[in-house]
Amino acid sequence: MLRDMWTISKKDIKEVLFSRGNKRGGLISILVVVGLIGVYFPLFSQDTWFTSPISVLNWAWMPIFMVTSLVTDSIAGERERHTLETLLASRVKDQAILLGKISAAVLYGWGLFMVSLLVGAITINIANWGGPLQFYPLGFFIACAGLSLLLCVFISTIGVFVSLRAPTARIAYQRLSLSMLALVMLPVILVQLLPKGSLAPMLASLETINLQLVFWILGIALLGLDTLFILAALARFKRTRLILE
Amino acid sequence: MNNNTIECKQLGKNFGALRALQNVSMQIPAGSVFGLLGPNGSGKTTTIRLMLGLLQPDAGSVSVFGLDPISQGDAVREQCGALLEHTGLYERLSAEDNLNFYGQIWHMPQRELQARMQELLGKLDLWDRRKELVGNWSRGMKQKLAVARAMLHQPKLVFLDEPTAGLDPVAAAALNNDLLKLVKDEQATIFLTTHNLSEAEKVCNLVGVLRKGQLIAFGGPHTLTQSTGNAVVDIFGQNLTASAILEKLRGLPHVQQVEAVDDHLVIELEGKTEPAEVIKTLVMNGAAVDEVRRRQADLEESFLKLMEEENA
Repeated sequence: MLRDMWTISKKDIKEVLFSRGNKRGGLISILVVVGLIGVYFPLFSQDTWFTSPISVLNWAWMPIFMVTSLVTDSIAGERERHTLETLLASRVKDQAILLGKISAAVLYGWGLFMVSLLVGAITINIANWGGPLQFYPLGFFIACAGLSLLLCVFISTIGVFVSLRAPTARIAYQRLSLSMLALVMLPVILVQLLPKGSLAPMLASLETINLQLVFWILGIALLGLDTLFILAALARFKRTRLILE
Repeated sequence: MNNNTIECKQLGKNFGALRALQNVSMQIPAGSVFGLLGPNGSGKTTTIRLMLGLLQPDAGSVSVFGLDPISQGDAVREQCGALLEHTGLYERLSAEDNLNFYGQIWHMPQRELQARMQELLGKLDLWDRRKELVGNWSRGMKQKLAVARAMLHQPKLVFLDEPTAGLDPVAAAALNNDLLKLVKDEQATIFLTTHNLSEAEKVCNLVGVLRKGQLIAFGGPHTLTQSTGNAVVDIFGQNLTASAILEKLRGLPHVQQVEAVDDHLVIELEGKTEPAEVIKTLVMNGAAVDEVRRRQADLEESFLKLMEEENA
């Protein structure tokens, strides 16, 4: 089953890379993301890229959002282009098809984020050539890697449900992007609605917050949600049902 | 152990109030080239989907290689290749990438896959264009590639759902020739759906006719043409197509149909009726008969006859 998942993931990623008719278009969009998060923003932030790593998280949404395009294209898009039925008529199990597609989206988005982080570290070290070798605080780096992985799985599984209900890949992408945008914008809007004067003490209390504990809580919550959604998606993604839809 | 690749017993499938398939029973022996004929919406694609375990039957049963396509679907699909309603090709990938992907899906060793790709694409005249994106190809080329994909892993059973649909006659004839060549080489059982009857007559050694979800005929193409019972007579000569003559001929007993085609007449006679009475009527009404050709109705005529009978 792992072999089948890997075969499907490779094909889905390749299809996204060729989505503009040639490989160059796909590589350019990847280079833009890596260029921004791995080169431009670190150079702009300089040393604070490592000392105040929260700034890294400000841009984490960018590659993670790329998960939405891949997952909707690989499920709603494949159904729209009438390639899904042929795949369903092959020997591959339902679970391998679904998990292969989720893995492709996760590998793409998470992989891009991790590569960008590493390129960012290289950029800062090159910019400070001759100085001591620098890297992200290890705990932060591990938390970033773990949380972004769980978040990518979360977005992918939500993307599966959205794609299965959407008539076209474009509609699936729009619905999923809007939902994700709402998720990101909600805290910002809530902050705007707070009474004047309450923001400053809140920010002050945030400075003393135990980030490690927050990461753990977030990680466990996401892990629980991911498990739940993957199980639900596996129950939903059945050949006999997909054909009728 | 029986020699049937496919067996259906009283197979039925409903989509809400629509009875897509009703009481379909048939047996398809291994090595056959079976053609399922029928107009659009008669249940051909549904039949294939049931056999591949993509749909669950509502009544009766189907077994493929003695296996149940629902509970043992993986084992059934393992031995099948399919070209379904749509080509199912990844148009943003090259032909080579498409076949590579499916070769990996079928767990073919890389060396064997490369050799097989070369063999199939070579036979179908696509080898030199394997690096091109499929999206830029003509419909005929895509259909050929989809046939190659269905045959790639040398399946024992190949489903081809209207393989020549939408192709121009030249491309359809070329694909049929390629199909015949492949069938001969591969020795697989072929399950083909089509509404192109001359194609079925050329390619198939066993045919079934579906109408409104019911199997109304099943047998060899020759048996089918005989089962409709009627003979067709082509008559050539002068003054054959005057309307008064046509009226008289239509009034004769045992004459089913009279049609003037260009300068000759095509007359369908009931059962094994001899055309003597028809010729006598023609001569008595001033026509000159030069030549009479008696033949059995072809598959297309038999099919249309079956459809008419059912409508009646």
